[in-house]
Amino acid sequence: MIVGVLALQGDFAEHINMLTACGVKAVAVRYAAELDGLDGLIIPGGESTAVDKLTDDGSAPIFSAIKEKITQQQLPVYGTCMGSIFLAKDIEGSRQGRLAVMDVKVKRNAFGPQRRSFETDLAIAALGEEPFPAVFIRAPLITECGLGVEILARLNEGIVMARQSNLLVTAFHPEITGDLRVHRYFLDMVEGHKRLC
Amino acid sequence: MSTVITPRTGTRLVKEALAQMLKGGVIMDVVNAEQAKIAEEAGAVAVMALERVPADIRADGGVARMSDPELIIQIIESVSIPVMAKARIGHFVEAQILESLGVDCVDESEVLTPADEEFHIDKNAFTIPFVCGAKNLGEALRRIGEGAAMMRTKGEAGTGDVVEAVRHARAILGEIRKLTAMPKEELMSYAKNIGAPYELIVKVAAEGKLPVVNFAAGGIATPADAALMMQLGVDGVFVGSGIFKSGNPMQRAQAIVKATTFYKDPEVLAKVSRNLGEAMVGRNCRDLAPAETLASRGW
Repeated sequence: MIVGVLALQGDFAEHINMLTACGVKAVAVRYAAELDGLDGLIIPGGESTAVDKLTDDGSAPIFSAIKEKITQQQLPVYGTCMGSIFLAKDIEGSRQGRLAVMDVKVKRNAFGPQRRSFETDLAIAALGEEPFPAVFIRAPLITECGLGVEILARLNEGIVMARQSNLLVTAFHPEITGDLRVHRYFLDMVEGHKRLC
Repeated sequence: MSTVITPRTGTRLVKEALAQMLKGGVIMDVVNAEQAKIAEEAGAVAVMALERVPADIRADGGVARMSDPELIIQIIESVSIPVMAKARIGHFVEAQILESLGVDCVDESEVLTPADEEFHIDKNAFTIPFVCGAKNLGEALRRIGEGAAMMRTKGEAGTGDVVEAVRHARAILGEIRKLTAMPKEELMSYAKNIGAPYELIVKVAAEGKLPVVNFAAGGIATPADAALMMQLGVDGVFVGSGIFKSGNPMQRAQAIVKATTFYKDPEVLAKVSRNLGEAMVGRNCRDLAPAETLASRGW
C-alpha cells in the first residue's frame, strides 16, 4: 500500500511520519504525475489561501488531477484542517479554490485567533472508548452536511470529524499527537477500496 | 457522541503546532493593511506587522518599536492568514499588548531596538507562541528554553544580502549534525560550552533536529535565495524588505512563494525568477560598521 501526502505547504512531514509508523509506504506529492499508483492521499494542515495560490496558475495543475482521481476512481482522501477546507463543497464567505467533492459546508478559522487554539480530549466512537487527543489550530468547523455524510465526532454544536464514502475530514491534527488511530481508520478505508478494485 | 469541551489553550503543543502549519511557506513583512492584502494574495502563509521594514529602519535610524496597535488591528481585519507582530527584545509589555490585540504570534526581534540588553522575554508566560532569532545552536536553545515555539535565523535584516542567513543556518544545522555523532559523556560539556540547557542538548542529540520549527530570515531577496535556504535544511522563510522594497512586490512575492515550495526544482526556479524587475538595492554585509549589525543584538 502506498499513500501520498500533498507536500506543497504545511505539516506534510508529520503525516509521512505517522503513515510510516503505521507500517505504510508514504510519499510526498508535489506534481500531478506523482499521484499515479497511489492507493490513498492525505491533504495536510497548512494555510489554504497559500496552497490555493500554488495551484491556480498551471505551475502546479495538481488539483484537477486530484479531483479526477476522486470523482472517477474514488481515490480515498483524508483532509486535516486545511485539507477539509479543500474537500468541502462550500466555504463560508470565501471564493477560494477548492476540490468541492464533499457535501459539507465549512467555516474557516471558526474559533478565532491563535490564543483560542486548544487541545482537548474528544470522544470518537469509531475509534474506540478512549478519548482522542485532538489539537485544534485556528481550526475550521463543519457547519452543515449533506445526507451522504456520516458525522464521526462533534465538539459542542460543531462537527469536527466526518466521512463521505472514501473521503474523510478532521478539523483537528492527529498527525502531531502520536496517536495513530485516525490514520489507522483512514488506512482501513484505503484497504477496503483497494480490495474492491 | 457529543463532547463536553475542556479546551487547554496556550500549551506547548498548541503553540508549536501553529509554526508546524506554516512549514514550507513564506512569511512576509508588512507595514499596513494594503501590503498585507498583497502578501496574502501572493500566497504568504502569514504576515509580520512592523512599523517600518528593516531597510527603512537602517536608513532612518532612531529607535524602532512595536507598530501602532491601530495598524495591527487593520492588518488583522484585512487578511484571513495568521498575523505576527514584532516586539522589542526584552519588552514584555509590548508582547502583552500584541497578545491582547489578537495577533497569532510575537516575534521578539533584534530588528527593533532592544529594550533590555541582558534579559529576553519569559515566553512561557504567554498564551500565544513566540518566534525568536538565533545565530547558532546555543542561542536557539536558550530561546527555546525561555519558551520560544519557533526559531529563525537572524541573518542580517534589511540588507538584501543572504550571506548572514546562510552562515546562521549552517551554524545551527552543522552543530546539530555534530551533536548527533557525539558520545553521551560529551553532551554536558558541550551544553556548558555553548550555553544551552542540558535537557535540550540531549533531546537534539537524540532527534537530530531542533525541537521546534526553524525558518530562515534576514537578507532573503530573491526566489533563488529562498530555495537556497530551503535546500540548506530550514523549514520555511521570512522575507522582510526584499518584497516591498523591490520594483514589483506582487510578482516577486509570488515567485518567492513558488520557489519555497519547489525549492529542489531548478526548472521551476528558473521560470519564476524571470523578469522580476529590480530587486531591492541591498547592502553588502561586509560594508556594515559593527554598530550597524542587527544580528549582534540579543545573545
